[in-house]
Amino acid sequence: MHWIPATDSDVEKMLQVIGVNSIEDLFCDIPQDLRLKDWKLPPSLTEIEITKKFSDLSSRNSSKKICFVGGGYYDHYIPAVVDYLSQRGEFVTAYTPYQPECAQGTLQAIYEYQTAICRLTDMEVSNASLYDGGTALFEAVLMALRITGRRNITVLPGLNPLYLQMLKTHMANLDVDIVEGGDPAGCACVIAANPDFFGNVNDFTSLAEKAHQQGALFIIVVYPVSLGLLKTPGEMGADIVVAEGQSLGLPLACGGPYLGIMATKREYIRKMPGRISAMTVDNDGRRGFVLTLQAREQHIRREKAMSNICSNQALCALRALIYLSELGKSGIQQLAKYCYSKTEYMKKQLSKVKGANVVNKSYTFNEFVVRLDKPAEFVVKKMNEHDILAGIPIKSYLNALKVSSPRKDYMGVEFGEEGDLLIAVTEKRSKEEIDLFVDKLSESLKD
Amino acid sequence: MELIYEKCRGRKAFDFGLLDVPEASFPEMLKRKLPPELPEVSELDVVRHFTHLSRRNIGIDTNFYPLGSCTMKYNPKIADLVSNYPGFTSSHPNLYYIESLIANLSGAMQIVYELENMLSEISGMKEVSLQPMAGAHGELAGVLMVSAYHKHHGNFHKRIVLIPDSAHGTNPASAAIAGFEVREISSNSRGTLDISEFKREMTEEVACVMLTCPNTHGLFEDSILEIADIAHSKGALLYYDGANLNAILGQCRPGDLGFDVMHFNLHKTFGTPHGMGGPGAGPVGVGEKLIKFLPGPRVVMKEDGSFSLVYPEHSIGKIAPFLGHFLVAVRAYVYILMQGGEGLKSISRYAVLNANYVLARLKEFFPPAYDRLCMHECVLSTEKYLEHNVKALDFSKAILDKGFHAPTVYFPLTVKEALMIEPTETETKETLDQFCDAMIELANLAVHSPQTLKEAPKTTPVGRLDEVKAAKELNVCKQATNRDV
Repeated sequence: MHWIPATDSDVEKMLQVIGVNSIEDLFCDIPQDLRLKDWKLPPSLTEIEITKKFSDLSSRNSSKKICFVGGGYYDHYIPAVVDYLSQRGEFVTAYTPYQPECAQGTLQAIYEYQTAICRLTDMEVSNASLYDGGTALFEAVLMALRITGRRNITVLPGLNPLYLQMLKTHMANLDVDIVEGGDPAGCACVIAANPDFFGNVNDFTSLAEKAHQQGALFIIVVYPVSLGLLKTPGEMGADIVVAEGQSLGLPLACGGPYLGIMATKREYIRKMPGRISAMTVDNDGRRGFVLTLQAREQHIRREKAMSNICSNQALCALRALIYLSELGKSGIQQLAKYCYSKTEYMKKQLSKVKGANVVNKSYTFNEFVVRLDKPAEFVVKKMNEHDILAGIPIKSYLNALKVSSPRKDYMGVEFGEEGDLLIAVTEKRSKEEIDLFVDKLSESLKD
Repeated sequence: MELIYEKCRGRKAFDFGLLDVPEASFPEMLKRKLPPELPEVSELDVVRHFTHLSRRNIGIDTNFYPLGSCTMKYNPKIADLVSNYPGFTSSHPNLYYIESLIANLSGAMQIVYELENMLSEISGMKEVSLQPMAGAHGELAGVLMVSAYHKHHGNFHKRIVLIPDSAHGTNPASAAIAGFEVREISSNSRGTLDISEFKREMTEEVACVMLTCPNTHGLFEDSILEIADIAHSKGALLYYDGANLNAILGQCRPGDLGFDVMHFNLHKTFGTPHGMGGPGAGPVGVGEKLIKFLPGPRVVMKEDGSFSLVYPEHSIGKIAPFLGHFLVAVRAYVYILMQGGEGLKSISRYAVLNANYVLARLKEFFPPAYDRLCMHECVLSTEKYLEHNVKALDFSKAILDKGFHAPTVYFPLTVKEALMIEPTETETKETLDQFCDAMIELANLAVHSPQTLKEAPKTTPVGRLDEVKAAKELNVCKQATNRDV
């Protein structure tokens, strides 16, 4: 029995005050025939036993291999201050700031996070965060449906297939057609990704204009780190921006928790889901922060709410804020430049390898597809033996996600042949590691 | 306190060092025009800023936090420590979907597999999926499965979800997003579901009944078997909102009570941190009828003891990109293993004891909504102090000055001037006594010096905040000063 402080004498005194004879009497409302007789659960473990068991489980994951796997989630370096500061108990063990006077740390951090997201994306307002990139996109679509009153949406080719699948699951009963194509006519929104799943980078300004001419919203999915370099959603005229925030100081962590980023134009703030922190003053005129526009939310509006979301990923948003504060204006640009340059270096080295050709026809940021003259799954397996996680074999990956292949990018280039390998390069990959990759790839192709 | 953006003096905190490959040029037309105006401060500035921010918060680690419906129990530090093991934090989740690399995630899959099985045993549900990322997300996954189930059986007329008026707001919101029409059922004079109204509303068109048990009045639905029978006789499924699972852990199981589908809140019942509002985790559990509809993929153990992923036959698909909030799951698993079967049973016993003790000590001053024993939380009312112009809100502010977080106020919506108090099992009698003493003192002040409560809080970093101004001005982002936006 861990973490229960009551002593026998406490229990006796408390029962006396309550006026019952035993703790058992307190459960009198549960009918006897429903009471649990026994369950098959193991006896309790000590901390020492726990550390042994979980060290062993942790070591069964191979986390030390050199990672060139991306696909929307990236192996970036996390500065030490991010873990150190975000692990403070006053952050970790607090709840939603329902009592703002004793939650100013949370509320100011959210406000600063919203500011960081607006400045990174060149948008006007951001919410306090959603669960992850995929659910953020779903919420953005709901927003577009509400704003336009239309029932169709269109998706430009190149959207991350995980998002596409999540969108389909979440929207199963909304009677909305998801058209893969990108023609905004009659649609609530057109969704584009920059970079797209295959790494392509584009300027979607004219698509945004076209969407607006047709009365549709332009939703763009971005990779936050790339915005240290790339043209921003605001510059392109985006109406709603969503992103997976994992790259901003969150560990890959076998799949989560992550961070759903959402930003939009000021005119749509009342249609935006999720919590929002706003600046105000207290009764002495001191600056303070509160959750605002709560009438949009489920605890007030119930079935008429903008979303069913009740929480946000506050601690993950805090990590992103600390990360962006630590990197700062110069660091985010340096990071983006390094990711891009290392990727270009790798492309150049690969161009010398026989049987490997880069497929992308447009510029890329830190991810691209190379077409191998051997099955990518085979090559990935070989490289794994050298402790290199070589990338995502697109065809079998799409197959595992139950998405049809091949898939096109926005330019109409088809991806998903047996030999197609999606490779990501972050700032963590040294020149030596990239050279090793290229060497081992050449070897694998000769086998 | 200054914003971090107000501390910028052109300084740098972090540097990535020298680039070890040639710098590549990037076309101007695809570049952003101006750099993002992120902070320009030193690393020590960053450390002090966020340390100071943290000190403007209170958490379970610093104060008693009896926020009803939220189960703010102690968050064991061993669970945090273990979740930070490098095998857990550093592994790339896309390896789940790459056949030749999936073995690199064997440890993670084993944890998911074992925890799902353990949650099944704890709840009496047949199978569990860890995918949903929060309680409300679990609700959505649950009602989506209900919908898929009815469609699969050709029952397209089942489009109504029945929900008690005492339910959490997420229930109707989730049902609406899943495409259902919501009908509300009243509570009776004992604080439980009005059975006759329920029978009237329980038509063939009802797809699902969503219940919280014990409900948000802190009371066990003692007619649960009758409710289940009636719902099932009309072909509806019964949903269990697991928000209050802490109250019945090891005493009875949702699966044995007749529930077909439920969600857990790992951040409530299983001691994972609330993190200022998230991340939580909301695994979904199902009975026999819905197994084939669970979100996919699912971890299965092969004959040789290794793990692989499969999609259930009629899976609703992906509700999360991978297998859910993995690091939260690790913490919950540590918690469950350290409690063991017997430890888990004592959680509900002491949670219910503590809640009834607070109820017994305070009911003379704050009459309960329903005067009977409660489960893990009690719902009191400050209505009688309205004649002194003191509201529940004023009590919630004044208690902050006494060194406690406030109870939940104005919820459930069924109770006027509600104070919802959930002490949890991890608090000592001394803490409960100090809290009750403070509440009683405030009750006296409310009569003799109401202004004291109106002026509270005075000891917090800021006093009462102007919410009207906040909503009117909507200053939600600090404009960069050195450029036109």
